[in-house]
Amino acid sequence: MSFPSFNLLAQSVLSGIFIGGLYGLIGLGLGLTWGLLRQINLAHFGLVFLAAYMSYHMATVWHVDPLLTLLILPPLFFLFGVGMQWVLSRFAISPFNSLLVTFGITVVMESIIQAIWTADFRRLETHYNDQKFTVGSLYVPVPELVTLVIAVSLSLLIWAAMRYTDLGKALRAMAEDGAIASAFGINQKGMSLMLAGICAALAAVAGICLALTFTLTPSQIFAWVGVVFAAVMLGGLGSALGPLVAGIIIGVSEAITMAVAAPSWAPIVSFSLLIVMLLFRPGKL
Amino acid sequence: MIMSKTVIGILGAGALLASVPWLGLPAFYESFLYLLCHWMILALSWNILSGYSGYFSFGHGAFFGIGMYTSAGLSANLNWPFLWTLPVAALLAALLGVGLGAVVFRVKSVRGELFALLTLAVTFVVGTIVLNTRIDGGPGIYLNAVAIPALGPTASSSIYLMALIGAVATLLISYRIQSSRLGLGLFAIHDDEDVAEVMGVPTFRYKLLAFGISCALAGLAGGIHALFVSYVTAGETFTIVVPLTVVLMSVLGGTRHWAGPAVGAVAITCLMYFFTAGNNPIAGKAAVGVILVLVILFMPNGILGYLLKRTAGKRSVPPVPVPAAAALEPAAPVSTGKVLLDVRELSKAFRGVQALDGVTLQVHEGEILGLLGPNGSGKSTFINVVSGHFPATGGQMFFEGRQLAGLEAHSIAQAGIARTYQIPRPFAHLTVLQNVSLVAMFGGAALNQAQATAEAWKWLAFTGLQDKADALPDDLNLHQRKFLELTRALAARPRLVLLDEVLSGLTPGEINEAIALIRKIRDRGATIVFVEHVMRAVMALADRVAVLNHGKLIAVGPAQDVMKNADVVSAYLGTPHA
Repeated sequence: MSFPSFNLLAQSVLSGIFIGGLYGLIGLGLGLTWGLLRQINLAHFGLVFLAAYMSYHMATVWHVDPLLTLLILPPLFFLFGVGMQWVLSRFAISPFNSLLVTFGITVVMESIIQAIWTADFRRLETHYNDQKFTVGSLYVPVPELVTLVIAVSLSLLIWAAMRYTDLGKALRAMAEDGAIASAFGINQKGMSLMLAGICAALAAVAGICLALTFTLTPSQIFAWVGVVFAAVMLGGLGSALGPLVAGIIIGVSEAITMAVAAPSWAPIVSFSLLIVMLLFRPGKL
Repeated sequence: MIMSKTVIGILGAGALLASVPWLGLPAFYESFLYLLCHWMILALSWNILSGYSGYFSFGHGAFFGIGMYTSAGLSANLNWPFLWTLPVAALLAALLGVGLGAVVFRVKSVRGELFALLTLAVTFVVGTIVLNTRIDGGPGIYLNAVAIPALGPTASSSIYLMALIGAVATLLISYRIQSSRLGLGLFAIHDDEDVAEVMGVPTFRYKLLAFGISCALAGLAGGIHALFVSYVTAGETFTIVVPLTVVLMSVLGGTRHWAGPAVGAVAITCLMYFFTAGNNPIAGKAAVGVILVLVILFMPNGILGYLLKRTAGKRSVPPVPVPAAAALEPAAPVSTGKVLLDVRELSKAFRGVQALDGVTLQVHEGEILGLLGPNGSGKSTFINVVSGHFPATGGQMFFEGRQLAGLEAHSIAQAGIARTYQIPRPFAHLTVLQNVSLVAMFGGAALNQAQATAEAWKWLAFTGLQDKADALPDDLNLHQRKFLELTRALAARPRLVLLDEVLSGLTPGEINEAIALIRKIRDRGATIVFVEHVMRAVMALADRVAVLNHGKLIAVGPAQDVMKNADVVSAYLGTPHA
């Protein structure tokens, strides 16, 4: 173990914040369906990758600006999410079985992605890739910054909507007790369709950001599950700001671990945090 | 000991499959059969904790991985003979499981999804430690030089035979557990852990035991698998693949039957093999995904659960001679006046709320004591604390001179105290008969299985529920569910019965029936404390009444006297101002 220079450490923290923003962005939709619909939606990760590949395809084959796909893909995914929820809501499934069903859906998505784009590594090459600027002695890459800005603004937006609009209040009431909420005139089915749609749209946004900052391969879908789950659980199920904050904490602690110890030690941080959290503060989840 | 048909069947199938290496088939069959056995051990072992008790673990990869690295490290690096490494692999995996369980099972809220995630996190932590320490260090471990114990004619057949022995052993263990006390206790934990504990099931010990057995078998499978793959890496071992596959197999086959995971393991292994051997592995993977989705949606209880349900309607009650209620050995009411339960300065606080505030009360042997008080006065809390459902925050309780405060609920039940719940809490997936016999096994009576079943029939006849013995609790109406609560309390052969509003919600006719029943219970020698709002019943039954208000005992004595007590009148009706 060697102690890195201050500059290296600061750069690590910065990159930790960026990756943490992506954890939070992916976790945002996942945590909402988990907390409010009581569904552990593994297919969220499949949707993120599907959106990433579609954005990659549009940008490299059709030469659409990747940021423009932000206008195209989320509405498309909204419809997909609504459709999936419509089918699932016809069956009474326990939270645990929802995990298994959506795992099956994710495997199907992975196969589709692999059939279309093969198992090779794909990199979205655009003019954004090399854009960066310096603040003092620190490099700030533009795609990562864009991701962070999107993650922060979407999390704040959803937090505000949940807190201040009637729609948000109705959603929280529904999560508390669906039957009672229905008795008070809340359209449970319509609400859950809409929420599932919004979460799928959020997955699409996260996917585009992922394509901007990472190299893609289908088998990577499951590599994100553990750490994003950790962020969602640490942040609190159904919370809008929680996953982002927890994601950044995890990202920064991982980055520091990588800089101080070795990159291969990084996973121990987020998962130890999760274990400690589950054992000592389970009431918060 | 007479072996059951099932045991003979498992051993016979195992012996038949053990002859495969001498048939001269291509090695392909051995490696395919190896994979079948491998996944069978993993899925069945997972099911012992997770399927039976409902604690879905996603950490099976960790225990499997520990076994794999133990065998690989000991045989390749330290040159142990391979077979010697397997018990160590199983032991280390079990130790990790028991150590983890000893911490996790004490935290009450870590159930369901949280337990799944916690165990998944443990997998990654263990994996990271293995990768970064001398256990692996990065490059992985090669087992090419390890001598393969010659069980069969060839190396691959020897590995297959090891896995086959493991699979047969695991099947026998799963079967044995399901038909034992442990199995029944785990099923009760699955349905309602708190009630199981109050009925006398030592929940913590049972979960720990099941977890230990489950992990040991996973460790064994891992040890053998190290030799099969002959190259072990942390990246390939500590993943989400093993737990997900195992969960998938068990859920597909059915988690509530000992053979379910084996059925699922065979189905999935065949599917995967069929598709990867075919021309289109991607389509194969997608097909596995689609099948999973369809099975969960249309057969949420798994293949075996679905089949058993379809045949269940045709099965009738096994003819057991049911003694009529009159045949119950008569026991004279024992009003000795001896103090049975001696409660001193008992307190219970929920954060700021003082639900019980220094209650001192004696219950005499053979009496019926009515516990009264306005809503929120602490009546149900009294029952919950005496039965151990909640720990007391202060004071002492002596039952036949034995201190109860600080005991776990199952020890209190075994000491001879039984209770009912105000809102019936039967074990939803167990039949009425099983619900009752479980209590006879685990409660104060502590009977063996056969005795417990006979005892259960007896009490079902006593309360008039014998026709419903095969029904699930959900099929009962409220009156029957209340009587099931009573039957369960009786089957424990308790010295003291705590009844929490058994009459509420019943019709006047049903109340008369219940009053007669409670009298009969006392006449059989039990002492009764009952909480009730139905004053007619209180006046008809109670020898003495005790009145609680705001957690304090304000009056005790014969019902007629207590009802005239000024404090009692004002507690119920308010203080007169005029």
